[in-house]
Amino acid sequence: MQKYSVFSLIKNAFSDHQNWEVAWKDPTPKKEYDVIIIGGGGHGLATAYYLAKEHNITNVAIIEKGWIGGGNVGRNTTIIRSNYMHDENGLFSEFGMDLWRKMSQDLNYNVMFSPRGIINLAHSDAQMNAYSRRGNSMRLNGIDAVLLNREEVQKLIPMADFSDNVRFPIFGGLMQPSAGTARHDAVAWGYARQADSMGVDIIQNCEVTGFDVSNGKILGVRTSKGDIKAKKVGLCVAGSTNILAEMLNMTLPIETHLLQACVSEPIKPLLDHVVTFGAGHFYCSQSDKGEMVMGGDLDGYNSYSQRGNLPTLQHVLTEGIAMFPFLSKLKMLRTWGGIMDMSMDGSPIIDKTHINGLYLNCGWCYGGFKATPASGWTFAHTIAQDRVHDLNAGYSLNRFSTGNLIDEKGLGTKTWIS
Amino acid sequence: MLYINCPHCGLRSQNEFAYGGDATVKRPELNKEISDQEWDNFVYLRKSPRGKHLELWHHISGCRQWIKVERDTSTHEIFKTYTANEAIE
Repeated sequence: MQKYSVFSLIKNAFSDHQNWEVAWKDPTPKKEYDVIIIGGGGHGLATAYYLAKEHNITNVAIIEKGWIGGGNVGRNTTIIRSNYMHDENGLFSEFGMDLWRKMSQDLNYNVMFSPRGIINLAHSDAQMNAYSRRGNSMRLNGIDAVLLNREEVQKLIPMADFSDNVRFPIFGGLMQPSAGTARHDAVAWGYARQADSMGVDIIQNCEVTGFDVSNGKILGVRTSKGDIKAKKVGLCVAGSTNILAEMLNMTLPIETHLLQACVSEPIKPLLDHVVTFGAGHFYCSQSDKGEMVMGGDLDGYNSYSQRGNLPTLQHVLTEGIAMFPFLSKLKMLRTWGGIMDMSMDGSPIIDKTHINGLYLNCGWCYGGFKATPASGWTFAHTIAQDRVHDLNAGYSLNRFSTGNLIDEKGLGTKTWIS
Repeated sequence: MLYINCPHCGLRSQNEFAYGGDATVKRPELNKEISDQEWDNFVYLRKSPRGKHLELWHHISGCRQWIKVERDTSTHEIFKTYTANEAIE
């Protein structure tokens, strides 16, 4: 594999950048693989990469219905954080933060990780108390957390609405300084390029149409490019998990929902951090191009459509304007939608299944992007060793029937309620 | 914008409604011994199909009745609406 560096950039400049190697190949599927990963998104690509890198398993195929990185890894708001209260979520995400910090070097691909800090705004005394509790839980797990008062928040984000006569005055906030953003497409492409170089076959435009299961063991998958045998199969298809589960006669604690995001026209650098509104569901950061990147609530009903609906967008942006009044002056550049696995406690599932050799990675709700490296790393471990790692032991499939839920937000099963 | 034909009020915009989830899940019968698996099925497990989906909506800013709506989850087309107690074969 050609190493990317300033020297290779200069060298290729002399040939008008016509001689770069392809970043990944376009192979025809083999008859059999040791592991097939279904889903060429961030998590699937990361899983294949860590299978090859950490476990030396390189006879691996990634099967993707569309093109790699065309699903939720290309549709998110690129926020990376580990500001969780529960141990399972905190330790898992903080492990991921370490992988994020090393990612550009590790993948030899600039993922533009920008640890600019995230501020969750608080709008009442009760919310300050809750944030103080969450911040303390984070610090006990070795995650950086700073509780800010109103003046401290105002210093960091003076453009927020600090006027006297507002419905949701800013009391303060909880900040995780090490949180940030990254270039989402680069994450998918970086993992794909490295996985490909270690022998992983990335098979695009190949839809899974069924599974070959016999005596409780997985034997392979049926696809639009023919049947492919496999010793092990991993599902990494958040958003479409229920469709594949139906082919396997499985019913999961997941509903599929639609989430929108949008960006404004680009403006000069204004916002240094990721900021979330505490009295509703709205989050905002500024991209390197200058666009305000915004997101918020789910559309709120089961959907497989990757297009959003205007009432939700209006609701979300109303919250945005309550937080940052200047947003009302901006033109909207682009809006888009993605489909989410909404699990019944708001936390993901990375586990084995009742079918021997079939592994499940799903239920990411709207927190999938930041989890990409940790999810790939732990899922690769689960597949390679046929047992869960301590980091994803809490994300079990049977935690719902046993009552060991990880309900970070305390929303119960209706995680789509806004 | 979705337009939902409330069986009590007629065609109204989505803004008047709140979503109530899958209408096909059935609570286990009262006064019956229930296994953990049955509770799991009722509380947590959902088919969440792509295509036709029978779901509950609450006409919260209208007549405040719960209704059932048959809707396509990939096209958002609404086929039919029912009152909450209407039998559906």
